[in-house]
Parts: sequence; C-alpha cells; structure tokens
Amino acid sequence: MTGAICTTAIWFSRSMHTPTERPQPTLARASWAVFQKDLRAELRTRYALNALVMFALATVLMVSINLGSQLLGSEPLTPLVNAVLLWIVLFFAALTGMARAFVQEETAQTAALLRLHAPPLAVLIGKWLFNTLLLAGLTILTTLTFGLLMSLHVGNLPLLLVVLGLSSLGLATTTTLIAAIIAQANVRSALFAPLAFPVLLPLLVIAVQTTDLAFSGAAWNQALANVQLLVAYVLLTAASTMLLFPLVWEA
Amino acid sequence: MTTPQIRLELDRISKSYGQRSVLHNIAAEVETGEALLVTGHNGSGKSTLLRLLAGLQRPTGGTIRYIAAGITYSPLRAQGLVGLVGADVQLYRELTADEHIDFVARLRGLSLTPQLRNGELERVGLGGRGTEQVGGFSSGMVQRMRYVLALLHRPPVLLLDEPTTNLDQEGIAMVDEIVAEQRQQGLLVIATNDRRDLHYGDLVLTLDAHTN
Repeated sequence: MTGAICTTAIWFSRSMHTPTERPQPTLARASWAVFQKDLRAELRTRYALNALVMFALATVLMVSINLGSQLLGSEPLTPLVNAVLLWIVLFFAALTGMARAFVQEETAQTAALLRLHAPPLAVLIGKWLFNTLLLAGLTILTTLTFGLLMSLHVGNLPLLLVVLGLSSLGLATTTTLIAAIIAQANVRSALFAPLAFPVLLPLLVIAVQTTDLAFSGAAWNQALANVQLLVAYVLLTAASTMLLFPLVWEA
Repeated sequence: MTTPQIRLELDRISKSYGQRSVLHNIAAEVETGEALLVTGHNGSGKSTLLRLLAGLQRPTGGTIRYIAAGITYSPLRAQGLVGLVGADVQLYRELTADEHIDFVARLRGLSLTPQLRNGELERVGLGGRGTEQVGGFSSGMVQRMRYVLALLHRPPVLLLDEPTTNLDQEGIAMVDEIVAEQRQQGLLVIATNDRRDLHYGDLVLTLDAHTN
C-alpha cells in the first residue's frame, strides 16, 4: 500500500485528528484554489468581465469619436495627451471591476465559507491573482483598441510593455486591498473610488509620465528612474497588503 | 484508539454592536462528549454566539478558548478544529456540489478521491447530485451541503445553528446520526429554538435578550 492511499484511508475512517496531526494546507495550493474558484465563477457569470469590457470599449470609442477628428488635422494629439487618455480609461475601468472580488463575497454571504476554511493569506493571494489576470486582460484589450482607433505611434514598445505590466501590477495590488477594506462597510460602492484614488495617485502620475516617454520613443536611460519608482511602488504596496490584509480580513 | 480531548471555555463573553448589547457576561464550559444547547428568543444572540465561537466575529469582552492536547487556541486560530453549519454560511451558486467539496478540501490540505467525495454526498442524501450547480438546489439540499463542508475535515468541535432548518424527516434523521457520532468524537454547540432539536443537548445555556 502506498503512503498516499494509506493517508486517505485514515482520513476516511472518520477518526478525529489531534491538532498536531491535522493536515495543513500549503499556502500555494490554497491560494490557487481560491484563484480557480473565482475564475470558474467569473467565467460562468461574466459579471466583472462584461462590465470591464463594456466600460473599456465604450470609453475608448467615446474618446476616439470625439478626438479622432483631430488626427486628420495638422496637429495630432501629443504623446502626453494619449498617455493621459489611456490611463484615464484603464483607471476607471479598473475601479469598475476590481472591487467585485471581495464585495461579491460579502453581499452573497459566501465570505463566511472562506473565513471558516481558508488561511487569510491564501484568500489575499488568490484574489490578487484573479484581479491581476482580469486587469492584464483589460490592459491588453484597452491598449490595443486605443492604439488602433487613435492610430497610436509607440516609439519604445518594450518600455510601454514594462510600464503597462508594472502599473497594472500596482493597480491590482492596491485595489485588491482596498476592495477587502470596503467589503466590510455598508456603503461599499461609494467608498472604493475615494479610498483608492489617493493611494493610486502616485502610481498614475508615474505611469502617465513613463507611458508618455514610451510613446515618444525615449531611450531606456531616460525612463530608468520612473521604472525604478514603479518597481518600488509595486513592492511597497505588495508588502503593505500582505501585512495589513489579515487584520482587515479578521476584523 | 482513545478519543482526543477537547475543551471549550467561554469566560464572561460580551458582544455589542454600537450601543446595542447582544451578549453580556456569558460563561460556559463544554468538553468532549458533551453538547451545549443554546436557546433564547429571536434576537437574544444565539447566532452571534456561534459566530464568535467560529471566529467569524470577535467578542467585545471576555475570552473564548479551545484547549486541545494541552494547547490553547483562540477561535481565530482554531480554524482546523471547528466546523459550522448555519444560515451564515452561504454557498457559491455558480459552483457544483463536487466543486465545493474539492474547493474546501484543497483549502484544508485534504486528500480527496472522487470515491470519497461521492461518499460524502451520499452520506447526506445528495448522491448523484455532485455535478449540479448549487444555485439550483432547494434550501434543504443547501443545508445538507453545509453539513458536508463543515464535516469534511472531521472537526472535534461542531457548531450547529438551527440544525434541522429546511430538512425533511430523512434529513432530520441524518442530523440525529451526525450529532450522535460527533458526541463520541468531540463536542457540539447547538443554537436552536426548535423543540425537535432539544434532545440533542445535555447542557443548556438560555440567552435572554432582556437580561443579556
């Protein structure tokens, strides 16, 4: 008999585990379970997915229809204006969908199931993975649509990819923690933007500046300081989130 | 094999929501083999007490302790010792019964084969319903699923809030069996006002909204 079969048989015998014998979940396995659960539920309902895609497409279309005429004139939109417009769309689309990961658990009263069975950090990492995936998809879709409709010229594509990747990571990390905080409140939707905006403002400012550099075709050494700031922001928010989340979740 | 001993101690537990006091100076002790029955009027704090015991909320005052193998755990750290069945625990409408079991098993680090999973469902009368989404389940079937998930890790402490709610005669017989088995292997705390459930307990804690 193999060890694995033997372990299962003991578990099935309905014998009680003493606390020291109890199976311990690995953080990675439990986090992946939360992520897969969220992904499966989202693919079946598509609430957040539909809201994000519709918001992103509607705003990009609105911008291109109203400002597209300028592209035909003698003065096309500057890289900075394009960068600002792109990040306005990404920021508000993110605010539309990111809160759902936690708010839905509270409104559907399924959060108790998670609290009873999942380690807090596994909940955080699973939800963060889900939000990161959602935001990555949103960023790709929005940037491609925006680029096509606005006839965007990207001077330094690798830099743009780095900026979008790091900024999305920062956005997903921050919004995941704020979503966990507001999920405990009664006026959830009203709180998300006011709480998120001050924390995200530094990220958005650097993201816009660096996206402008990428659109303008700036060299890497010109953008290095900004990229370092983005990395620092992601690390700082990730560390803060890991420390603060258990306090928020178990409050 | 000897049954592991576990002890639950409630020491002057209070819980308030703002100015409103729900529980005041509640004290009780329960050990392996015992079942504490918590009764009281609607709003007297029965479900709140169970939420405190499960670590879903924190008391405003007092201490809750689980003592097992000489180690003391607070409810927040006793996740592996406690199972809760109650209306507070809602399921994911989009997931199937099988997916719920797999999900909780993975969160708990349990090894689970499809045969064991089916066995758990058959035990509560849901055999053959594993691939159906829980959103399509009746309230009685959802209650049965709550038992499956609460018992999956064989907790020595089982908390039941209105244990026979929405269950038919067959379901009530299932609860009788689970309670009897749990009394042999651990302890129970049961919150109820249903006369049918009164025989489950041997210790009684009566909460009164007016005197709490």
